[in-house]
Amino acid sequence: MINPDSIGRSFAASEAVTISQSEIDAFAAAIGESDTSIAPPTFAIRISLEQSQSFLTSPEVGVNWDRIVHGDQKFEIKQPLKAGDQVMCTSVIENYKQMAGNEFITARSDLSVNGEVAVSAWSTLVVRA
Amino acid sequence: MIEVGTVIPERIFKVDRAALKRYADASGDQNPIHQDEDFAKSVGLPDVIAHGMFTMALAGKFATDWAGGSATMKEYSTRFTKPVVVPAGKSVDLIISGVVGEVLPDGLVRVDITATSDGQKVLGMARAIVDVNGKSK
Repeated sequence: MINPDSIGRSFAASEAVTISQSEIDAFAAAIGESDTSIAPPTFAIRISLEQSQSFLTSPEVGVNWDRIVHGDQKFEIKQPLKAGDQVMCTSVIENYKQMAGNEFITARSDLSVNGEVAVSAWSTLVVRA
Repeated sequence: MIEVGTVIPERIFKVDRAALKRYADASGDQNPIHQDEDFAKSVGLPDVIAHGMFTMALAGKFATDWAGGSATMKEYSTRFTKPVVVPAGKSVDLIISGVVGEVLPDGLVRVDITATSDGQKVLGMARAIVDVNGKSK
């Protein structure tokens, strides 16, 4: 199981991620979206899940990523992401429970642009027993 | 007039292996269960399965196409209940429909989305809150 001390602790990315137009174009094309002036609503997963993987698999938390199944997902979008945005991502394990040997980890990631949260993403990840 | 119960016409999205490869490259999720049949079967899956986030993205597009574009999406959540199984050489139908579940203040509505593949509901409690202020009535 995960290190219980990690629950509720914040993990901040060490540097901002700059969103490129080509990333938005590729994501939009993959889902059949023709408007590439902003990132499609679920584009934020590109950043939030990578950040979650990075901190959840760190030795201080200790999740085995090979056992992870994506249980549910939520986004709150205050400001759509767009090319040129420099995104700072901060994540926290907001909820944790164990059921029938499986662990349920809800990681929240706040993606901020110019100091304001643009998108919040919650991923519930199930670590299978 | 948009009210509780307003139905959004069903659409069918086609999903094949090439689409999964494009989504993998675009999203960065290169988990082999979405591309490699032998690997998927080795971990107990029936075949290659679509990324849950790909299904979520298509269902989101269904909602935002109706509401007036990507920028209309304010909140979006779902559970991943069943996988979309994508056999080699086949194009699988992802059938998406929706209904307005709630009319909220400020021109927002909650769209309750149903997504099925091979007769199974693949998303649970899929709900999008979209801004319909700019939608042509």
